[in-house]
Formats: sequence, structure tokens, C-alpha cells
Amino acid sequence: MWRFLLPIGILVIIVGFFARGLTLNPGYVPSPLIGKPAPQYELPRLKDLSASVGSESYAGQVALVNVWATWCIECRHEHPFLIELSRSGGVPIYGLNWNDDRDTALAWLDTLGDPYVASAFDPTGEVAIDWGVYAAPETFLIGRDGTVLYKHISPMTPEVWAREFLPRIEAECGELPCSPLPDER
Amino acid sequence: MIPELGQVALILALSLALVQATLPIAGAALQRADWMALARPTAIGQFVFVGLAFGVLATAFLGDDFSVLYVAMHSNSALPSLYKFTAVWGGHEGSLLLWLMILATWTMLVAVASRSLPEELAARVLGVLGIVSVGLLLFTLLTSNPFERLFPAAFDGNDLNPLLQDPAMAIHPPILYTGYVGFAVPFAFAVAALLSSRLNKDWARWTRPWAISAWMFLTVGIALGSWWAYYELGWGGWWFWDPVENASFMPWLAGTALLHSLAVTERRGIFKSWTILLAIMAFSLSLLGTFLTRSGVLISVHSFASDPARGLFILALISTISGGALVLYALRAGRMGAEGGFRLVSRESFLLLNNILLVVAVAAVLFGTLYPLFLDALDLGKISVGPPYFNTVFLIPTLPLVLFMGAGMHATWKSMSGETLARKLVIPAGVAVLLGVLVPWIIFRGASVLTMVGVSLGFWVIGAALLEPVQRMLASNHAATVLSRAQWGMTLAHLGVGIFILGATITSSYNIETDRSVRPGDRWEVGGYEFVFRGTRDFDGVNYSAVEGEFEVRRNGSLVTIMTPEKRIYRVQRSPMTEAAIDAGWSRDLFVALGEPLGDGAWSVRVQVKPLIRFIWLGALIMAFGGLLAATDPRYRRRKVAHEARVGAGASPESV
Repeated sequence: MWRFLLPIGILVIIVGFFARGLTLNPGYVPSPLIGKPAPQYELPRLKDLSASVGSESYAGQVALVNVWATWCIECRHEHPFLIELSRSGGVPIYGLNWNDDRDTALAWLDTLGDPYVASAFDPTGEVAIDWGVYAAPETFLIGRDGTVLYKHISPMTPEVWAREFLPRIEAECGELPCSPLPDER
Repeated sequence: MIPELGQVALILALSLALVQATLPIAGAALQRADWMALARPTAIGQFVFVGLAFGVLATAFLGDDFSVLYVAMHSNSALPSLYKFTAVWGGHEGSLLLWLMILATWTMLVAVASRSLPEELAARVLGVLGIVSVGLLLFTLLTSNPFERLFPAAFDGNDLNPLLQDPAMAIHPPILYTGYVGFAVPFAFAVAALLSSRLNKDWARWTRPWAISAWMFLTVGIALGSWWAYYELGWGGWWFWDPVENASFMPWLAGTALLHSLAVTERRGIFKSWTILLAIMAFSLSLLGTFLTRSGVLISVHSFASDPARGLFILALISTISGGALVLYALRAGRMGAEGGFRLVSRESFLLLNNILLVVAVAAVLFGTLYPLFLDALDLGKISVGPPYFNTVFLIPTLPLVLFMGAGMHATWKSMSGETLARKLVIPAGVAVLLGVLVPWIIFRGASVLTMVGVSLGFWVIGAALLEPVQRMLASNHAATVLSRAQWGMTLAHLGVGIFILGATITSSYNIETDRSVRPGDRWEVGGYEFVFRGTRDFDGVNYSAVEGEFEVRRNGSLVTIMTPEKRIYRVQRSPMTEAAIDAGWSRDLFVALGEPLGDGAWSVRVQVKPLIRFIWLGALIMAFGGLLAATDPRYRRRKVAHEARVGAGASPESV
């Protein structure tokens, strides 16, 4: 009789693994940058090409670096949440506008709102390559000492924020909003 | 307003599906004829409403309605009209709607063709199809609504993935899905048999054409997918053991076993629990295919949509549909008595081996596909399982399978003396081994043991398939009538397997691949052909810009062809695409793909010479054509009439 139970047994095992598999991310390849100093960069500001923005802009602070582009429809999906984060998240967000057209990018920020303290303009992807970006959107969490604490590929969502980012930010600086490290460090 | 109409149509289809999934099955159990009678009208109504929803979505695509999110994400005003239409299934939501559309079509066909079936069986079969439909309609409406609006509307769309802007991709998904979803019908018949605890030869005869049809579509769909991957992905491979390919191959293997098991059940009234299990397996593996491609638990070149919430839903769907069927199987399969026995040397034995070996092959592919997930889930690390595993492990069950296949075709039912069988086959076997050794050595000047085994097996199956018709034709004047249509179907399908084996073996053994960097004017030799790189030029396509390389191919000094591979950049998505140039031929394909520009007019270039690669797809098409002949055998229609004529009669006469 047991042989008729075998198929359902196999199905239960497979379904069990699938259920576990859903909480894993096969696309997640740990970034070699995590735990290492973030690559230094300095680029023109998207909104004012004569000014610059780069790693120095957020030195000593916990910051998010968000890679975005107007051709990336998933970026459009995450945009409202980034706006929300910029108002209440307690962490400054720096944009890295990647492989994009400046006029379109400016129009995007005008219509959808600008969550970024400043966006770097990287039309050729030179900085994005250093950062190991191969898809947008990507969001990096940078610690006060400039190390990459975490990297998230695909749109930022409230769940990802609560699960992956908040605990790391709290571990880094206790409570929000994060205060910059005192200069004597 | 019109997109909302599509959504309303889906909701109406769901209401009908709910009725179809419940009352007819309850009616069959309670002997309520009025409830059972609801099965057909609800099935047909559902077809109408799902068709309406599908039409609405297609209209939105053709009319560039970018206020619909799904359209904005998968189309663009500059996209050619054909691709605007095929973009309907270019993403997750639309693929699901296509799935539903095909399920509704199969269900409608069953409803129309089931008038000759016993009322209870028809009600149960349609009811089970209704359950499947409810699950997928809920899935679509709750997690993947294709009619969701985008506000404000996008100015233009995000364009269709350039990989999918291709004529083969236009027909690949519908055909593949027709195969996948078609296995819902034998599945429904199997569950209906379990519900009633009754399964006889008539049941097998009713189920068989449906199973063969689904199998036929799946065969063509897989072959098209392989062909598409060959010329569109730009790597020159024809099978990658990618999770999504495996997802279509596993139901095919289970479906192949099902066809053979059904033959035994129809003819001899045995292997009943095997047949039911295989029917459940084939459809469960089809659902699994949907899960693998849609959930993101495994990454693959084909996964265009993935989302854990959807994955969870599909998982619940598999648990309910397959789990429910398998629980029923555990409870009821023991009651399906066998109607006869058979001896060790008999066709039944060979078909039993066939069932076992095919199931082992499914298990091997399933294990390899899921192994990375198993390890990841157990926190043992991240790995990927590639062709080395599959190529080795897959051969273990399939080598004996092919060996027995040739013999099985010539074994008689019930029993046969081993000596007679051996005497019949000794000559074809000898010829096959001889050809298997000679052909590779004479044509390709060398062969490994595995190559010789492969070529011998190819010739063995071809010889075994043709032995009977050739002998009969020699003895008779009417060539076409010596075999019944179903027998021609079997012969052709097996012939196709032999041709496929020859193609796959020769291509894998003697394929020549070279990657090199070349400058305009360079000449070099690959596999007896001289290639000359004449340079590149830029040009603009409808919705892309491209660089086109020009290669002159010569053999023994005379021009064979000029090949022009392209490198395209699609304007909207900015993804680079490699359009390989292929010079196709019966004996070999020449394949040239442009790699990257290396500066100063130099390019990296991949050139391949692939002998007999066309045999791979030709073999598959011949198999499918065999399926077409078998599925349309007149006896399936004749029996329906005969059945009506002898309502209440007992066992049917033996079929051929």
C-alpha cells in the first residue's frame, strides 16, 4: 500500500523546498564590495553640471546611494517610496544617474519629485562600473566610515527597507536620524 | 473603459468556473443530472469570456494604450505590429492570460467532444478542468492583473524585450503552452477515474487522443524553443539544460511515458495505476514549469518575470491541484484491478521498462534542476548545476531506453519467445553497429566510443522503426494501407527519435567552435571552410541601430555564401543583441556571430561549423507528425459512433 503514498511524499518534500526557496534570492550574489570601503568618486551634479557630488559629500555619514535611470521602469516603481524615505527615512539619499540622458532625467525629477540630496551624473557608466552595477535599480547602504554595509538589487520596497536596511542602520548608529560621526574619529 | 471590460470578463469567467468546478462533480456523486448538465454550458461560457478578455488585451496592445501598465511595460509605439500582438504574452500577466485562454480552449473542445462519453465521466472531467481554471483565474485576478491602469498614462512604452522580437518567439509560447496546458485534459480524466474508482479500456481510449495531442504540441514547442535559442541567444548551442528548458522537458518525458502506458491500458486493461500516476505527473510538472519560470526560485536566461508573492500563490496552486490528485491516488489507486497478466518477454514488459526509465530520466532532470535550490535552502552554499551533470546523468536511463525501444516495437502482446524476437532483430542490430562504427570513421575520420554508441543507437531505432513497414510493403502492393494510421504514427515517431539521436550525437561530437579576433581582410580556416572578414557597416532598423559584419565563406576556392551577422542596440531598452548569421544546410550549419569591437576595426568573432544540427529539429518535427497521425486515427471517431450505438453494452471489442 505504501507505494501509492510515495508520489505524494515526494511532492510534499519538493513543495517544502520551494516554500523555503521563495524566501531566498537566487539572483543575490553577495557583492564583493560588502564590508569593504566604497569606491571613491566625484562626478558633476545632474542639476548643475558645474558643481560636483561624490563620496566626500556624505563622508562620516550613513547614506544611501541609489543607482537609477529614466529607462528603468522598476526605478519608476520604487520612486514613490524613495520620496517617502527622503522625507522620513532619516538617511540622506544620493543618486547615481546611470547611462541616461540629462534632459529626460531632469524632466523625470521635475514630474515625479526629487528624493535625492544630489544626483551624480554618470552618462558613460564609469563610476557605475567601479561600483559593480550591472542592473538598475540598485541601492547601496554606506556606513559612517565609508564601507559598503549592504547592497540591494531591484526596487526598494517598504519590506526590504524594514528587513534589510533598518536593522543595519540601527546597528551602525543606534537611533534615527543618524548623526554624523564626530570629527575626531 | 475598454480595459476594465477585460477585467469584468475575467471575473465573469471566474464565476462560471466556480460553478463548473463544483456542481458537476457533486452532481456525479449524488446522481443529479441537472447539476451534471451545467458542465458544458459553463465551460463554453468561460471560453467566451476568457476569449473576450484576451481580445481586449490584444486590442490595447495594437492600439498603443499606454494607460494600461502592462502595455506600457511591454510595448512601444515604434514596435512592428506583429510584435505588438506577440507582446501580449511578452510578460508575466499576459502569459498567464494566454495560459488561461488555452485552458479555456481545451476545456471547450472537451465539452464539445464529450457528448459520447458517459454523463458522469464528462461531468467529472469538465469539473476537474474547472478547478484548474478557478486556480489560474484567481491567480491572474489577485496577483497578476494585466488590465491594471497606469496613472498618469505613459507617453510611450518600455518596449518588448528585444530577445522576444523574433518570429519564432511569436509562435513558441502559444504552442508550448498548448502542450503544457493540454496535459490538463488527461489529468482531468485521471482524477475523474479516481473519483469514480472506475477505469476501463474505454477510458484509456477516450483519454489517449487528448494525451497524444498535448504531447505533439509540447514536442513542437520544445523544438521551436531550442531552435530559437540556437539562433537568437547568439551562442550557437541548441540545448542548455537551463531550468526553464528543463521545465518544458520534464512534462515531455512524463507525457511520453504516459502515451506508452495508455497504449497498454487501452489494449490490455493493465498498468492502470501507472497511467493515472503519469497523467498526474505530466500535468504537475507543467504546473511546476509555470512555478519555476514565474517565482524566481531559480534564475535562468528565460525568467522574464519573477515575484515571490506570485511564487507563493503558484505553490499553493500546485499543492492543491497536484497534492489533491495524489492524495486521491494514494487512497484509490489500489482499487484499480488489472484485467490480465503478461510474461517476461512481451510488449508489456518493454513498455513497463519504458515507463520506469522515463520516470528515472524525469527524476534525474528534476533533481539536477532543483539541486541548487536544495543546497541553498539547507544553507550549504550556492552552486549551479550545468550541462556536465545533465549530459552524464541523462544518458544513464536513456541509453538502455533507446536500446529497448527498438526491441519493444517488435515484441508481441502477452508473451513471445525470446528466440523469435532475437532472430527478428539480429540483422538490424548488426547493421546498426556496423554503420555506427563505419559512418563516423569514414566521414569524420575518428570517433570516441560514446559517439559510436550514439550513432549505432540512432541507426538501430531507425532500422527497427522501418523494419515492419518495409517488410510489409515488400509483401503487399498497397504501400499506404499496410499499416493503420496509428501504426504509421508510431513508426514515424520512433523514426524521428532515431533521426534526433543521430543529429544530437554528430553535432555534439563534431561541432567545431572557434573564437578569434579579426580585422577586415583577415582570412582563416574553420572545418574546411575559408572565412574572409570584409569589414562592418552601420545601419538603422525599425526600432534599433545595428552594426553588420560581412563574411565571405569559401570552400575549395569557390564562394559558398556571404554571411552578415549583426550586433543590434534596441533604442528603447538599450540592450545589445547578437543576431547570428546562419547558413543552414542538411549536412551542416555555418554559424557566425559578432562579439565585441576591439578597436581599429577589429572584432571578436565566433565561428562554428555544426554538422547535422538540422536533424535535431527535423527529428522532433517527425515525432510530432507521428503524434498527429496517431491522434487522428479513425478508430477514435468510429468508436464514438459505435459507443452510442451500443449504449449499455459491456466490454468493447479489442482495438488494433
